[in-house]
Amino acid sequence: MAILYIDNQPHEVTSGNNLLEVCLTLGLDLPYFCWHPSLGSVGACRQCAIKVYKDENDRKGRLVMSCMEPVTNNQRISITDVEAKEFREQIIGWLMTSHPHDCAVCDEGGSCHLQDMTVMTGHAYRQFRYKKRTYKNQDLGPFINHEMNRCIQCYRCVRFYKDYAGGKDLDAFASRNNVYFGRHEDGVLESEFSGNLSEVCPTGVFTDKTLKQHYTRKWDLTMAPSICQHCSLGCNTIAGERYGSLRLIANRYHGEVNGYFICDRGRFGYEFVNSPDRVREPMLNGKVISRNDVLEEIKKSLKEAKVIGIGSPRASLQSNFALKALVGKSNFYHGVSENEHDMAELAIKILKEGPVRTPSLKEVESADAIFILGEDLTNSSPMLALAVRQAVRVQPMKDALKHTQEWNDAAARELIQDKSGPMFSATIHNTKLDDIATETYYAAPDEIARLGFAVAHRIDNAIPDVDNYPAELKKLADQIAAALKNAERPVIISGLSSESDNVMKAAANVAWALHKKNKNTGLVLTMLECNSLGLAMMGGGRLDGAFNAILHSHADTAIIMENDLYRHGSVATVDKFLKMCKQVIVLDHTPNATLKKAHVIIPAGTFAESDGTLINNEGRAQRFFQVYEATDVIQESWRWLLNMGVNAGNERMSRWKNFEDITKAISEEEELLKGVDTITPPSDYRVAGQRIPREPHRYSGRTAMTADINVSEPKPPEDPDSSLSYTMEGYRGLPPSSLIPFFWSPGWNSVQSVNKYQEKVGSSLRGGDPGLRMLEADPKNTSNYFMSVPEVFQPIADHLWMVWTHHIFGSEELSRKSSSVAQRVPQPYVMINTKEAEQMKLQEGQTFTFEVEKHIYSLPVKINKTMPNGVAALPYGLEGMPATELPAWGIVKPVGSNQSAVSSHQQSAV
Amino acid sequence: MLSKEEIKEIDEAIRLVPYKKAASIEALKVVQQHRQWVSDESLKEVASYLEMSAEDLDSVATFYNLIFRQPVGRHIILVCDSISCWVMGHEKIKEKLSERLKIDYGQTTKDGRFTLLPNPCLGTCDCAPAIMVGNDLYRNLSIDQLEGILSKYE
Amino acid sequence: MEKPLTQHLRKDTKPLSLKEYEQVGGYQSLRKVMKMTPQEVQSVVKDSNLKGRGGAGFSTGLKWSFVPMNVPKPKYLIANADEMEPGTFKDRILLEQTPHQLIEGMIIASFAIQANESFVFLRWAYKNAAKAITKAIQEAHEAGYLGKNILSSGYDLEMHLHTGVGRYMCGEETALLNSLEGKRATPRAKPPFPQISGLFGKPTIVNNVETLCCLPHIINNGAGWFKKLSLTQDSGTKIYGVSGKVKKPGAWELPMGVTLRELIEEHAGGMMDGLRFRGALPGGASTDFLVEEHLDVKMDFAGVAEAGSRLGTGTIVVLDDKTCPVGFVKNLEHFFAQESCGFCTPCREGLPWIEKILNSIEIGDGRTEDIKLLEAHTRLLGPGNTFCALAPGAMEPLQSALKYFKKDFEKHVQDKGCSYSKKSKLQFTN
Ligand SMILES: Cc1cc2nc3c(=O)[nH]c(=O)nc-3n(C[C@H](O)[C@H](O)[C@H](O)COP(=O)(O)O)c2cc1C
Ligand code: SF4
Ligand code: FES
Repeated sequence: MAILYIDNQPHEVTSGNNLLEVCLTLGLDLPYFCWHPSLGSVGACRQCAIKVYKDENDRKGRLVMSCMEPVTNNQRISITDVEAKEFREQIIGWLMTSHPHDCAVCDEGGSCHLQDMTVMTGHAYRQFRYKKRTYKNQDLGPFINHEMNRCIQCYRCVRFYKDYAGGKDLDAFASRNNVYFGRHEDGVLESEFSGNLSEVCPTGVFTDKTLKQHYTRKWDLTMAPSICQHCSLGCNTIAGERYGSLRLIANRYHGEVNGYFICDRGRFGYEFVNSPDRVREPMLNGKVISRNDVLEEIKKSLKEAKVIGIGSPRASLQSNFALKALVGKSNFYHGVSENEHDMAELAIKILKEGPVRTPSLKEVESADAIFILGEDLTNSSPMLALAVRQAVRVQPMKDALKHTQEWNDAAARELIQDKSGPMFSATIHNTKLDDIATETYYAAPDEIARLGFAVAHRIDNAIPDVDNYPAELKKLADQIAAALKNAERPVIISGLSSESDNVMKAAANVAWALHKKNKNTGLVLTMLECNSLGLAMMGGGRLDGAFNAILHSHADTAIIMENDLYRHGSVATVDKFLKMCKQVIVLDHTPNATLKKAHVIIPAGTFAESDGTLINNEGRAQRFFQVYEATDVIQESWRWLLNMGVNAGNERMSRWKNFEDITKAISEEEELLKGVDTITPPSDYRVAGQRIPREPHRYSGRTAMTADINVSEPKPPEDPDSSLSYTMEGYRGLPPSSLIPFFWSPGWNSVQSVNKYQEKVGSSLRGGDPGLRMLEADPKNTSNYFMSVPEVFQPIADHLWMVWTHHIFGSEELSRKSSSVAQRVPQPYVMINTKEAEQMKLQEGQTFTFEVEKHIYSLPVKINKTMPNGVAALPYGLEGMPATELPAWGIVKPVGSNQSAVSSHQQSAV
Repeated sequence: MLSKEEIKEIDEAIRLVPYKKAASIEALKVVQQHRQWVSDESLKEVASYLEMSAEDLDSVATFYNLIFRQPVGRHIILVCDSISCWVMGHEKIKEKLSERLKIDYGQTTKDGRFTLLPNPCLGTCDCAPAIMVGNDLYRNLSIDQLEGILSKYE
Repeated sequence: MEKPLTQHLRKDTKPLSLKEYEQVGGYQSLRKVMKMTPQEVQSVVKDSNLKGRGGAGFSTGLKWSFVPMNVPKPKYLIANADEMEPGTFKDRILLEQTPHQLIEGMIIASFAIQANESFVFLRWAYKNAAKAITKAIQEAHEAGYLGKNILSSGYDLEMHLHTGVGRYMCGEETALLNSLEGKRATPRAKPPFPQISGLFGKPTIVNNVETLCCLPHIINNGAGWFKKLSLTQDSGTKIYGVSGKVKKPGAWELPMGVTLRELIEEHAGGMMDGLRFRGALPGGASTDFLVEEHLDVKMDFAGVAEAGSRLGTGTIVVLDDKTCPVGFVKNLEHFFAQESCGFCTPCREGLPWIEKILNSIEIGDGRTEDIKLLEAHTRLLGPGNTFCALAPGAMEPLQSALKYFKKDFEKHVQDKGCSYSKKSKLQFTN
């Protein structure tokens, strides 16, 4: 703590920070551009100038950049000093010499940091009377629009893209007043985090191209707090709607989860919501029917048939729970593959019964040693990859801090050079994190697990060692074990994407062994979908059980909710299952292969039209809110299911009137989900008698919106499920942290206003970061090690061990349907190593035919020299990818064998 | 493709620095020495040799005025346009050169013989005005010397 | 009058070979140094009161003392031979003609801070210097002055020549470091200073060529001798130069503290016939004008500072009464605007604006408020306001021109053009 005098007023502030952070934390309005709480200071823009005085008697002072000066005790500064003010105003004057003044047509207009700062500094008159400098723009691909003339050269874009996110294809070019930010030539930005440029850029140079296609001023959006639906990390987002379509996904700051950023899958994957082929009407045997008729039809089924329900890892807790309530506990199945089911249960067991807790993403960022087992994080859990990128700086930063502060970014980077802390990556093939890995190891899943066991044994010899381990791997295991033991905060990362329980067990062993020595050990397990963990925590039968129930006629009707079974079971099994059902009832919002075979289709709401709770991989329950009410019969699955229950006379369900009732029931009935109803204030929560508005008070045109149809304005919808209103009326102050629909503060129209919502700039939101961790390991738990070391992976002649590989764009079911994301999705392929390709005389792109579980597949081959021998990888979840349960052995077929097989499977799998 | 000779020279530069990227300016100089300028293609070759992205290298290349990212003539004429040469009348020299070669600053003669560029202070202010042609410095210049100087360069 | 730095230069301006250098006492001081401790070397240099000749005039010994001694290798010493300040041509003489003197100085400096690697950062245009230094480094290596176990002292030092690829910014010591690292030559924030975190994040000293060339003589003759060389407080000799419309432009090594008048009237032979002295930049483009009333100012760090300018590089650019001061300053500001690295806002955007205004005034498109704008800029681009010293340096000639030649600016505006030259149609640089 230090005392800081600002314009002669004493303030108690934290020492160690820079003056800008401190002033912003105190709620003072001090303009800035190049500083960013996550990126630190470089002192380039000179916007944050203030005066520093030597002592009380110093009247003249010295102009300094507040972002570059550490706070010292009893320091005296002035923000209001005339010279400082004049200088800050002139900074805008300079920036405006070449800025195009195109606010009226600029995507950023009205939510622009440059506009805000211009007003804040009081710069109003233009004195520059010469020609402006102009630039050519580049085509940067489907996500990001480029408008260089608006650039104010704050260098934030390259600092985020290159320095923070490890991107390689965006840079600063040329010099003097001709500096240019872009790519070397036109082309798609390669980074998986490129979308953040639209928030990092303080003006309209880098903007969201998808928003441009249905552009809306940001103040004209109806917004709600949402949770990303596209992987298991649960990044917090803001979703914005206008005229019944979803227009924008933006980051919603969360101090523990995603901080200031989200990945491109999360930001641009939303457009499936607006897709023209959305399921919008109830259907019976291919015919549109009314809401009542469909409810009647289902009432009949529930009465007459033996009904089972299949839930979904991408549906909310509420929807899964409602389905379970409707069909009865014993008839509720988790619609995930066998392997996924087992592994999710294993994950819960490890996280709950073991002694090691799961760190949040923020905590991963501060890990000083990392061991990744079997996860290509950039593709499976992108924001975790970004966190790992920050973590490798922790160790070298310790030395750098002797000479500078962490926020003094350029200086710290210079001291750190290219050093990175210990990070070991054991994956099936090369990944985008390899550039920061101390060592990489590419191997079959069982071999990855063996390395894990070897490492774990070296930390605690209660764990069996690996027999006959080759010398170089012993050395690697020694190295990893030593680095982990030396660390203060080691983190082990594994997960579901290599679908190997051995790998996960090995990871747990390593973490548990470390825990004995170091209580700060963390273990992150990633899941496949946004609510995989939540579903697993609920209990329910395996998918096989559902198939068997129908196959053995214990049941004849299936309600399948938000689940394409073809993603979770093999084509043959699912085909057979669907064929044998007397009636298939599907609730979903987006067409898929399962839905195509449904007799009854019920239009479910997407996340944007729904309220719900998800549990991320960390065990954190997080609530997403309905952004807008769908215009037609579309409703949340849980609401449909409640209606069905009531209709069918289900007494228990009849008591649940709204979201809150059902959530309370979850909390009461599901042992692992106790307290899930407390993560947001209740729906009757009001501030000064008012709701929290989903619309900013600058929202325009409401009264005219439907005037072409009817001049009398319809009553805005009521929200029975939350304390948010669907209008611009309501409480305008700071809402509780879980209810922030958008960031705004007087004078701060851009997302920079998030400073005002934080306890301390860059830390948690006021009142604590939202969400509640439902799984907390007890450090006193004993480490019940997994004791059986997997066997050596033995390639078999003419066989390949087929495994999945994940793609950020394509592997996830919903985001890949977004038109921008669709442009980045690869074509299906099978990936093998160079040696095997040579042996089979296969060139890149040639068709390779193989058989898995009696099905023949022909796919273009992709050659990757890092693929282990005897292993082949298939891209998970791609459209047109034959669905099967992997890992499994594939039998290599001679060249020229059955090539038409694939097309028949493609048909069935969408 | 980088030539053997180029690779040898670049390797020499890499030897002096702790990591390859740090030899980027030296490598650009090597390529420019051999090819007169650094084309997009050359740039990519050098970048991949130094294990950096084209962006990373071009960011450096475009910062420096003496790395040529556009084709230049066989001989570069640098006209010192800084203060002492300005006082001593460098503008007349420049005008004469422009008139004689029919090119302005930044341009190359049609026959690819000369490129004319302005250059900050050549560090020979006591002998102003001065120009450099290729590696040769000419000081205390007067207009009537220009013809003779130009004729030395093919 | 002793001229330690230049007395042995060859008449034909060719570089002194190793042999020739050794014959006149070269590398004797190195032999001495190898028997001293680094601390002893540092304290002799500190006692000598040698101030950096690169422009800022910071005490060399003091600068060295910030280098941590007991840290693992590498540590670096760099000779700043970028000399791109317009009007400056003093280092060129030393580089081209006595490369061994520089090398000896560099070895001494390296030893004093226990650096094990050193670089000469030489500007591109100095082709002859590059040849001379390359050869000299090789000769020194062969003679055992460089490399492993120098003169059997157990001390190792490698030396390399790096030639730049343009940009004035490379002369700024932290930008120079970035450039040597193969990066864009933008400056770094200080602290941490290069002495702590310099080249590749390691302790580094950057010294000017002339500074380094003083070292062998200080070691040979002692701190007291060096102090006595000068006429004033600031010790040693200085290589002064004069350019512009004087009779005998040139450079001379003279005792620190000679007057401006002596330099211009005696050494430079006075103004060309028919011209009068109007003013001068005492130490390169980024220093304030001195005018007639300052002719008797002593040309050392303190003397010039007292007169409201800076000694800078000590190379004087003279403005005569037939040359337009507005055009003069415009030329300078064009230079600075071109050479801005583009990192910080005031410099990147402010300097081109200034250049445009000056151009307007020069071509007759000036307005009264333009002069106010220029004045505001000289204040707003002052020291501390920009990231590095380039822009504040650029303001020095402008602010003093506005002070001493204000009438000229006003007349340009009133007359809608320049009366110094009939043909004042300068290109409009946009
Ligand atoms: C824009 C700029 C350009 C500079 N150019 C040079 C230069 O060419 N040569 C030089 O020795 N110092 C130059 N300097 C000064 C150096 O930053 C540094 O102070 C000097 O090399 C230190 O050496 P010294 O202590 O021996 O004087 C420049 C400074 C600035 C701000
Ligand atoms: S003052 Fe700023 S823009 Fe100018 S050279 Fe220095 S850092 Fe670069
Ligand atoms: S925010 Fe401080 S200089 Fe840019």
